[in-house]
Amino acid sequence: MKKQNQKAWFFVLPVLLLVAFNALIPMMTVVNYSVQETFGNNLFFWEGLGWFEKLLRSERFHAALGRQFMFTGMILAIEVPLGVIIALSMPRSGFWVPVCLVLMALPMLIPWNVVGAMWNIFTLPDIGLLGYLMNHVLGIDYNMTQDPFAAWATIIVMDVWHWTSLVVLLSYAGLVSIPEAYYQAARIDGASNWSVFRHIQLPKMKQVLTIAILLRFMDSFNIYTEPFVLTGGGPGNATTLLSIDLVKIALGQFDLGPAAAMSLIYFVITLFVSWLFYTLMTKDDE
Amino acid sequence: MAKITLSKLRHSYNPKPEGPDDYALKEIDLDWDDGGAYALLGPSGCGKTTLLNIISGLLQPSQGKVLFDDRDVTALPPDKRNIAQVFQFPVIYDTMTVFDNLAFPLRNRGVDEATVGARVHEIAEMLELDDLLTIRAAGLSADNKQKISMGRGLVRKDVNVIMFDEPLTVIDPHLKWKLRSKLKELHQRVRATMIYVTHDQTEALTFADQVVVMKDGEIVQIGTPVELFERPAHTFVGHFIGSPGMNILPCTLRDGQAWFNGQHIETEGPATGDGDAEIGVRPEHISLGSGPLEAEIVKVADVGRHNVVELRLGNSLIKAIVENDVPATGTRVAIGFDPARTRIYRGGRIASQPKERAR
Amino acid sequence: MRKRSLIPLLYILFLLLPIYWLIAMSFKTTGEILSGFSLFPQTWTFDNYRTIFTDPTWYWGYFNSITYVALNTVISLAVALPAAYAFSRYRFLGDKHLFFWLLTNRMAPAAVFALPFFQLYSAVGLFDTHIAVALAHTLFNVPLAVWILEGFMSSVPKELDETAYVDGYSFPRFFTRIFLPTIKAGVGVAAFFCFMFSWVELLLAKTLTAVAAKPIAATMTKTASSAGYELGLLAAAGTLTIIPGAIVIWFVRNHIAKGFALGRV
Repeated sequence: MKKQNQKAWFFVLPVLLLVAFNALIPMMTVVNYSVQETFGNNLFFWEGLGWFEKLLRSERFHAALGRQFMFTGMILAIEVPLGVIIALSMPRSGFWVPVCLVLMALPMLIPWNVVGAMWNIFTLPDIGLLGYLMNHVLGIDYNMTQDPFAAWATIIVMDVWHWTSLVVLLSYAGLVSIPEAYYQAARIDGASNWSVFRHIQLPKMKQVLTIAILLRFMDSFNIYTEPFVLTGGGPGNATTLLSIDLVKIALGQFDLGPAAAMSLIYFVITLFVSWLFYTLMTKDDE
Repeated sequence: MAKITLSKLRHSYNPKPEGPDDYALKEIDLDWDDGGAYALLGPSGCGKTTLLNIISGLLQPSQGKVLFDDRDVTALPPDKRNIAQVFQFPVIYDTMTVFDNLAFPLRNRGVDEATVGARVHEIAEMLELDDLLTIRAAGLSADNKQKISMGRGLVRKDVNVIMFDEPLTVIDPHLKWKLRSKLKELHQRVRATMIYVTHDQTEALTFADQVVVMKDGEIVQIGTPVELFERPAHTFVGHFIGSPGMNILPCTLRDGQAWFNGQHIETEGPATGDGDAEIGVRPEHISLGSGPLEAEIVKVADVGRHNVVELRLGNSLIKAIVENDVPATGTRVAIGFDPARTRIYRGGRIASQPKERAR
Repeated sequence: MRKRSLIPLLYILFLLLPIYWLIAMSFKTTGEILSGFSLFPQTWTFDNYRTIFTDPTWYWGYFNSITYVALNTVISLAVALPAAYAFSRYRFLGDKHLFFWLLTNRMAPAAVFALPFFQLYSAVGLFDTHIAVALAHTLFNVPLAVWILEGFMSSVPKELDETAYVDGYSFPRFFTRIFLPTIKAGVGVAAFFCFMFSWVELLLAKTLTAVAAKPIAATMTKTASSAGYELGLLAAAGTLTIIPGAIVIWFVRNHIAKGFALGRV
């Protein structure tokens, strides 16, 4: 059992000060803006909860939120099973394992706007590798600056390219921590491959998968740079996700009040869904 | 149930073994009788677990054959061999209840639910798990988890052999004793062949009818616990079994008789040949106060039921077990070896002829 | 077995294709790029790289990025280590709430903080400095580092600490001489993540800098929009941003598989 010790507060004090500076002050600024109206020149007028009301009724917000959930839902539905399958088919040891892991982690370490730029170059209709293949070899009309479906498909594939490795690495870490005896016992008990997955591998991966899903949820829900660089939110508003919309309002139109109200609602939704995920996934651990 | 024959087994983890040192198992020939309780005893790294995994089919031997009732099963996978194995660390399926854990091997083989239920209850009752059947297995204590592992081995009626690979390693000391006697009782009830791997002599000697002692990938002796204690076939067995182990003294052989420091030592029987050899005598078989030899008392340790006396005899240190009081350290005493239980070893192996034949 | 290893292989191929295309582009001349499709560069050119290595606005971008990433990693670890130790070893008033509150900061969308950060760091006179970006990135890196380190520390038995105190070690000496070496894999994994998330982030880094501390990634966006469409140059700059990440991950390659599993929820 851990010792009760209030002096431990001194250990967490630096973190507390730093995060308070970084999180509390900006958060208070945001709250402050969210209840006021400004016409520039540092003139502010009390607005109350007006912005929140307007925002929650605004179709633009609903549409962006809807796109955001669709994006996050789709990438989770693809990346989590795909990552688990890839992790399961990796060898458990050997010379090639570190090589594979390094290559797989590579996309995660590329600056996000470079990821966007890279995919932009990759998908250019006539001179990009993918664009050329689609249009001139496979004969599929593919141009994501004009076709919303192509734009969506591209940002999804880009995210799968970018982040599936996180699920792979975490699942793989869970898999290699399973002692050999479990597999041996299962073989002796006559378990099928499916039983081994269902009753040995999945339970042992559950903890790391929870981390993976949470991280993937948070980061995909907050995604900004990559789709912004790739599609700029277009064509039209087809790929304008929440963050892109928020930055448009806050920095583009400098509508501080609505942007702040939107920030708060956005943050609360992220928190709530993360909490929901966490509770659901750890529910039967007592 | 079946008789298990190991024929000319050799195994190396090195795909291209060069010398005998590359072999984890060096030429094993062994029969395990149907229904016997065996212990496989030896220090860590002697090849016990390798041998076990070859019998269960988790490992393919480099050379040699495994026969169940004279049927060659060397190439069969574990689930086709009808064997059961309990591992060092309890293996349980976290997501399942205790009942489902025990039922798992049966269900995988398509046994109907009525039989499964009956069999699981029978085994659970034997292992005193019947109160826990509906509980999720993940939350149980280590000893209960290990009982479930054992139960999964016992639940199939037709198993050829149940193997235990140091099953008590993670069990609390006071529960070890309980589980050990449970195991013994289970063997008497189900009469399945059981092989128990351990490096703990107490576990081996209390569980088994026959103990197989291994060292460096070889079998050095097979025998009942009494035989291993009374007449170790190898100095290693003498050392390894007994507490403290057998005393080994250097000696010279002349006309089959052993001479130590110019003094003739009477042994169970003569050995053949001349030259350097060793005398082996257990601490239990050394008497203080009378005898042809003189030794100095170096240390006395009271271990409760008796005293362990450390003596200097010539250049060697020996240990003796003494029931009554012992003179103070530093005193010189006369000592004697029980001739009927004093053996001669050469190159580690027993060389003196047994008493019956000498007579 | 053979068929199974095809899946990771295909996946890696899929990962490498866009990267290959970026590198291939970086060796092409602008003329070749605009004239049409070619799988390999027809005429190899190093002009794009030459431009980057000779133009200070380009190569300073790299120094700026690496400076604030390194600063961020050091700051994040320095404050996260004692905090993680406290969370893993002691119970104190509000510990659970504090831990959860820290984690919520990992969930905050960067877009939410962009504007307030700009105002905050301008107000304290840190705008356009490396330290500003480094501090801003601690917002999401410190919670993550505390989380990872706490997992590693909790897997070290408490007896280690007690034995050291019995042996007469003072706390700082125990922490640096015994405890840190014991959890060095965890420190490596945490440092890796701090590096990673600071290196790849652009929104805050761009918002908080103008000239003096401008990151390489921001220089790239500016090039993309202002100097017409210099794809070759853009590709070369992009290629160079992959290298630091690749070096860092090579160093932690042996920890990455096992290290991940120790982080707890």
